[in-house]
This record gives sequence, structure tokens and C-alpha cells, in this order.
Amino acid sequence: MIHEDMICPFCGCLCDDLVIETKGTEVVRVDNACTLGSHKLMNAGKHRLKGPIMRDSGQWRDASYEEAIEYAAGILLDADRPLLYGWSSTQGEAQGTGVSMAELLGGVIDSTTSVCHGPSILAIQEVGHPGCTLGQVKNRADLIVYWGCNPTEAHPRHMSRYTTYADGYFLENAFRDRKLILVDVRKTETASIADEFVQVKPGGDYAVLSALRAIVRGREDVVPPTVAGVTKEQLLRVAALCKEAKFGALFFGVGLTMSPGKYKNVRNAIELVDELNRHTKFTLTPLRGHYNVYGSNEVFTWMTGYPYAVDFSRQIAFYNPGETTAVDLMARKECDAALIVASDPGAHFPKKCLEHLASIPTVLIDPMHTMTTPLVKCQIPTAVTGMDAPGTAYRMDGVPIHVKKFLDLGYPTDTEIIGKIFEKVKEVRHP
Amino acid sequence: MSELLVKNAYVIDPINHIDGEVMDIAVKDGYIVEDVGPKATVLDAEGCLTLPGGVDSHTHVCGTKVNFGRYMSPEDMRAGREVRRGVKHATSGYSVPTTYANSYRYALMGYTTLLEGAMAPLEARHTHEEFSATPLQDMMANTLFDGNWAVMKAVAEGDIERVAAIVGWTLSAVKGFGIKLTNPGGTEAWGYGKDISCIKDEVPHFGVTPAEIIEAMIQACEMLRLPHSVHLHCNNLGTPGNYACTIGTFNLVPDLNKTRQSLYATHVQFHSYGGSDWKTFCSKAEPVAYTVNNLPQIVIDMGQVMFGKTTTMTADGPMEFNLYRLHHNKWSNHDVELETGSGIIPVLYRKKNLVNSIMWSIGLELALLVKDPWRCLLTTDNPNGAPFVKYPEIIALLMSKKYRDAEFATVNRRTESRVILPALEREMDWNEIAVMTRAGQAKALGITGIGKGHLGIGAEADIAVYPLKVGEIDPAQEYQKIIDGFSKTRWTVKRGRPVARDGEILVHGENTTIWVDPKISPEHDMSHDPEFTEMFNHWYSVRMSNYPVQDEYLKRNLRIETEATI
Ligand code: SF4
Ligand SMILES: [Zn+2]
Repeated sequence: MIHEDMICPFCGCLCDDLVIETKGTEVVRVDNACTLGSHKLMNAGKHRLKGPIMRDSGQWRDASYEEAIEYAAGILLDADRPLLYGWSSTQGEAQGTGVSMAELLGGVIDSTTSVCHGPSILAIQEVGHPGCTLGQVKNRADLIVYWGCNPTEAHPRHMSRYTTYADGYFLENAFRDRKLILVDVRKTETASIADEFVQVKPGGDYAVLSALRAIVRGREDVVPPTVAGVTKEQLLRVAALCKEAKFGALFFGVGLTMSPGKYKNVRNAIELVDELNRHTKFTLTPLRGHYNVYGSNEVFTWMTGYPYAVDFSRQIAFYNPGETTAVDLMARKECDAALIVASDPGAHFPKKCLEHLASIPTVLIDPMHTMTTPLVKCQIPTAVTGMDAPGTAYRMDGVPIHVKKFLDLGYPTDTEIIGKIFEKVKEVRHP
Repeated sequence: MSELLVKNAYVIDPINHIDGEVMDIAVKDGYIVEDVGPKATVLDAEGCLTLPGGVDSHTHVCGTKVNFGRYMSPEDMRAGREVRRGVKHATSGYSVPTTYANSYRYALMGYTTLLEGAMAPLEARHTHEEFSATPLQDMMANTLFDGNWAVMKAVAEGDIERVAAIVGWTLSAVKGFGIKLTNPGGTEAWGYGKDISCIKDEVPHFGVTPAEIIEAMIQACEMLRLPHSVHLHCNNLGTPGNYACTIGTFNLVPDLNKTRQSLYATHVQFHSYGGSDWKTFCSKAEPVAYTVNNLPQIVIDMGQVMFGKTTTMTADGPMEFNLYRLHHNKWSNHDVELETGSGIIPVLYRKKNLVNSIMWSIGLELALLVKDPWRCLLTTDNPNGAPFVKYPEIIALLMSKKYRDAEFATVNRRTESRVILPALEREMDWNEIAVMTRAGQAKALGITGIGKGHLGIGAEADIAVYPLKVGEIDPAQEYQKIIDGFSKTRWTVKRGRPVARDGEILVHGENTTIWVDPKISPEHDMSHDPEFTEMFNHWYSVRMSNYPVQDEYLKRNLRIETEATI
């Protein structure tokens, strides 16, 4: 069977033009996806856990869904400080149910945002966010800036769908008319096609952004001959390119958010874009990694008021990144039970946090064996949104996309499983 | 089968010409009926003021831009937090509350139906997701067409039928309610950092003017037989001297519809400014109201400003950037490809500030100068002029000259020479307030026929009982009682079920989304139009097949099918 206009549930680009051919429960062909997307989709039905597993005195054994759900509800109800973490690779509907459950439990809910673009959000909360949808960039931008990211590797179709290689309504010859500036600490593949490759010494982003702001404001006199390894001549060229553009679009990744300076870097980038808007049109967009991490921010926000790290222990929604973020709760050994949904902290969290995670009762909802599996007491496999379950996801620019299903493997969805856990919780803890 | 009897209600129901009659209201299965049996649940109103559920015909409560307002403002979230209790979820937010907070606070004030003022079609799914989380009100979404490429091209070709076909297809696809134009043409110009100053400027690249867009859309709206008229946020919002542009726009509008206005102009306070700069800024409410009084085809809403902190958010991207340059707080912008834009900034309206004081006066002047209350509705363009929780204070200001004078004495002293407010003696009565807060709004939206805004037999049983004894209060003197009374109902009944009582939320609720699905002849069906589909798949960043909002995003919903003439 041929499925057209399918959505890739992998990165924040959420490409929606895939053609997927299936034979029974096998995927035989994927067109239009990049290698990351095709790899994931070609193996859609493979490597799945058959059913829930639970640990009995150190050994894994099979369990029924009922038993696993009962166990999950039990550990959450028993806990003083339950943590519900993950949420970036699942349906919006599951995220919403998770928020309601965290609220009733008086627990903490956090998404993987806290380990990727959390600093971007902190910066936005200080100075705002001049942004736009990706189609706006595609049709208008004659200057693209990638800062602290490598789209070729992490978002392989970003350049072909939305920037450098995309057709643009207002550009006659989009590829030729569009300039590209790349700013990074090391030379990546993308550098070879850039009009300017700006190599910043590690930790120097803040200084380079400040120098550019000064130049744009007409104060090049305060800029020294080199800034974090970048010559003043190049900075002047970059600033001129930005000011001369009719529409500039700056994209940035974890190279900016997680390097020294963190949220201050992003704040400086936003203020540069803000300054440039006094001369021309300029926008900024964080390159979000997981396909629905932005959806977790959206859902959490309309339900609780905050995009991540929400603590309900005082019956109000309380937000204090650094205190109510998952990594910090684990590092302080504060949470005493955890439900991990559609994410892999085992692969990303500091060792100290993982030691704590392994010492408390933890349930993982994930279709496959991951680096987190060895740390948990129970794992419940579910359908993968975008393969065997439909659902809502928010693209990196906030456009909501209905992610479709093309396979039927008989697994329950995340929403169903979390809904059932929530039902059990409600039997004991009445609203 | 559920039955309810609201006994001893002092009813004001302007649509049914009931002005203060003590009566019983019988409700069966969510609708108002002649009679109910002896087993019906009884609510004794004890002679208190009873009105149809409130209708807000222009508010911003759900969708991409609203949620971004929350996302960027933890300080505002902290200002409105309440604990989870019973059926009530924890809430956050003062000027941009969470969906639950919006829903609860509106319900406590007796509001049961809301029109979200601005939904970008591309992001409609988001609005509908938030509607589902706004359980106690029925919801509708005004759909943005101000910078719609396909529409502008059809306007440039002079093909109004095509304009109607595009609008009809889009409304059906995104489950929208009506046509919204926000700074028509200006949001497209903002795509390259430019703006439009008034209705005769040409939109760059598209060869059309705002005047042409507005005129074409008014005609297209009637061709589609939409319940609501074109809903316009005029060009040039918020700038000194813009009143001339506003009047020029109003004078374009033909009278095309017998049952309602042909143009709804929103938050006209922001469009009634005189002077040539901020130094000479003054009120021009008088000429604007005069124009409205002479043109029965126009309905406006106030867009009242109230003092205090709030957040401004509109699809009008260029205006928000200009505002930001005045306030220097923080600024977000979000342009939407091929369609529209938006901007958000927090603001503080201060009594000490001359401009803010004049703005406050202008909104009130408009309401007092437009003679017919059906044609000037009470809004704050929530949250742009003020959060909707300020409505009771506005009601009191309209009902009491004494209150207006007392407030006027506290604003910037130089305001006096720039406004006419102190000279206006009018004090509104209860019936006029009922018109401005529900009956008039329902009529302007074209939803009285589906049982909104009135309490006649067959109407939806959306009822608000306020702890106000009309005969015992003198609104002109006792304005604090008016504020308190309209802030908290004794009961709010939604679809026949009490949902709030004396400041408590009683049930979780489930709203209805009201949307319009114009029936268009096959030859005007845009889904097969080669030029339209080609434009879509080439220039949008989503495929045309992935654009329409699937049925599952609307839980309970009411689809209004119209017989289009094309
Ligand atoms: S760019 Fe991202 S969304 Fe697009 S196909 Fe590749 S992995 Fe999937
Ligand atoms: Zn508005």
C-alpha cells in the first residue's frame, strides 16, 4: 500500500511530504525522507518490545499490560515526589493526559527541553522572540544564518525544505540569491557552501554576538581587532550582510544554548535580531531536535502556564528551572518515583542522576529497548506516533501538524496507556 | 433527561423585548421550554437579575499567539495562580490566563459563549486544541484573511466569486466561524518589515489596496451567507490621527444584509485617535461615533483600555513592533506564511500617563456617544485593552457618571483638554448593559438563531443570575455594588446545567465549537482548482492534504451549513 503526504516523526522539521510503501506490517520503501527519517521509518515495525516487562529480583520477566499499569499507578501513588519526564517523542494528547495526572498526583512534570532548548526559553522569557513560520523564511529570506548547529547532520532536510535549497516565491533564483552564514566552533560539512564561515573559539559566542550588536548600532569603534578568534574585518562583513539583507533568518542549536553563557547567549542573539529589525526584517528560530518537543512546551503552557519543569506539589503550578527540572531533581535525589515517557535519559543525563534513577521505582513507556531500559523496574511498549498511531505534533516554528499512522501492529498508544494509569490513580486519589 | 427551573428570576432579555419581568425559566435537556415537571431541580433566583449567558464577540483566549503570550511571561503566570480544588484545575495567569483559568473566570462572570478574535488558518489546529481545554464556554474562531495570497490575487483580478470560493474552502478546512481582517494588506507588507498606512496604499507585490480587500470580502461574505459579517481590525491601529482612516474605511461599507450589520469594526477605541503626534494626541471619538450613528450597516466594539498591567497581542505585527519601540519591554513576533502575522508585548497602562488616560476616555466616549447600544458592544479586546475580568468595572463606568467623574479625577490632569468625557451625562440602564454584553453580541455574530444571547423558548439554556436586586440599587450612586454584582454570578447555567455558583466552579464541563461550512457549487470548489492547489503545494511549508483540521480535533461541535450563492 502506498501512503502519501506522510509525516516524519523524527526531528523538529516534521517533513510532511513522505511517501511510504507498506506490505502488510513491513515498510518496503520510503521516498522523500532524509537518511535519518528513512532509517527510522524503514525499521518501523522492528526491534519492538513484544509486551511489558518487569524486573523480579534483578531478572526481567514478561508481564501483562494490566499488571504493568497497576504497578505504574502504584509507584506514583506511593511516592512523595513523583517525576513525570520525557514527552518529546509522543503525541500531544499523551502530553495533556500526563499534565493532568501530574497535577492530581502533586508531582513534577518536565520535558527533554530542560536538557536542550531550556536556555532558549529562559532568554525568550526575558526579551521575547521575533520569529515566523518556516514557509515565511522559504519564500522571503535572502540571508540564512546557522549558529551553533549543524543542520546537515541533525535536521538534514532543513536546508532543502526551508532555506538554502528551497524555492522562494520572492526570489528569482533562490539558491543563488540567498546568502548563507555559518557560525560554529568547528568546521562542519555545511561550511563549504557558506558565504561566510565564522569560526568562534569555544565559549566565545556571547562576545561575538555583542560585537555584532555594537557594529549594527554604529559603534564599530569599540570592537577590538579580533573577538573570540574572529577578525574585526569578518565581523564587519557579517554585520553588513545582515543589514543589507531584505529578510534574514537566524537559526541556532544546542551549540549556542549549551555552551558557556547558555541562556545569555540566546538572549544576546535575540537582541541582535531585535536590533536588526530596526534596519530590515530579521527573524530567529531555535532548531528543535525531537519532533514534538515543542509540542510538549505548547501543551504544558496552555494547561499550566509554563513550558516545562512544572511542579504541582503545592497544588499550584510552580515553575523554577534549576530547581524543578528533572536533572536537578535527580541530582538532589529528591524524586522517589519516576514515569519516563518517550525519551531516553539513560543516553543523555549525568551519571549521578542515572544512579539515582536506578535506585528508585521507575516505569518507562517506550516501544523499544533503550539505554534507559537497564535503569528501570518496568517497561511498557506502545505504538510509535507517526507509524502505528496518529496524533498531534508541533513543528519547531509552532505549526501544529497532524501526524498520521500507516501501520497496525496492535500496540496501545501512549495516550491509552497513560490514560489507564491515570484512571487507576483517580480510583485512589479523588479529584 | 434533565430538568431545571429557575424560579423568581428578574429577567432582562432584550431580544425577546423582556425588560425586567419576574418569571420562571423552565429548562429541559439544555434548552429553554414552556414547562417542566415537578421533579425538576429548582434554583430560586429570589428576584435577582437574570440575563442570557454572556457573549464575548471579540476576545483572545486560545491559539498560537495567546499561548506564546503565556510562554514568554512567567511573571504574568505567577500573578494569576490558584490552587487545584475539586473539579477545578490549578490555574495560572492574570492577563493571559491558562485555558482553564479563562474558562473559570468567564464562567464566574456569567459568560457562556466566546469568539476567539484571530485564528491563523495554518495554525487552526492549535486553536481547536485549546478550545477543547476551555470547557465551560461555546467557542468560535474568527479566521484571518488579511494577508491571504490567494485572496489578494483574486481581488487583484476583480474576481469576487473566486474570493468567496477561497474563503469558503478555507473556513470549511480550518473549521472557522467568520472572516477576520487584521490590518488588511499590512501584515503581508510586514513580511518585509513594511506597513500600510491607510486604505488607499498598495500592498507591495500584490497590486491591491486594503480598501479593495475590504470591499471584496464584504461581498464574498454575503455570497457565502455567513452568519457573521466581515470582522475588521482597521489599518493604522494606535497611531495619532488614525481616526480619519477609520472613518474613510467605514464610508466604504455598503448595506448588504437585512438581519445584521455588513461590517463589524473591532476595538474602535484604538482607531479613534486625533493629533499629529504623541504630543498633540487627543480623542476623536465624536466624529467616529457620529459616522457610526449615520451608518446602520456598521457595528463596533469598544476595545476599552483599563489601567494596570496587561499583554497586547494581535495579528497586527507591524503595530506591535511600533508599540515595542515605545515601551521597550519585550517583544515577540510571529509571521505566518501566505496568511498573516502577529505580535505580542506586555504593557502597563498608567493613570499618570497622558496618552493612556486619553485612551481610557476614548473607549467610554464611544460607548456613550453611539446612540444605539446594539451597535457598540462592550469589549476590551481582551487582553489588549485590559483583561476581561475588568468588564464589571466598565459596566459600572457606563452606568454611573459619578463613578466616571471620581475616576477622571485620578487620571493625568492634562487629559481634560483632549477629551470630552466629562461632558457626557449619559448613564446606561440595565437593559442597555444586557444588550452590550450578550444580546447585541449574539445578534452581531448572527447566532441568535442557534439559541444564543436570549432566553426565548428553544434557546440554549445559558443563563446568568447575578446577585443584584434591580429595584433596590441605584447604579448611578452605588457603583461598587454593580462591580461586585457583575463580577460573580449567583449561578451560571450552561446548556441547562449549573456550572458556577457564588464564585465556585461546579463541574468540569464540555464546550461546543461552532463553525461554518458554506455549501459551494462544484465548479467553485477550490480543492480541485489547479492554480490554488499549485500555489499551496509550492509555497506553503505544509502539503495541502495536511492542512485541513481533522474532525477529531472538535469534540462536541455545531456545524452551521450555509447555502452559498456561488
Ligand atoms: S529532516 Fe527531520 S523530519 Fe525531515 S525527513 Fe529528515 S529526520 Fe525526518
Ligand atoms: Zn483583537
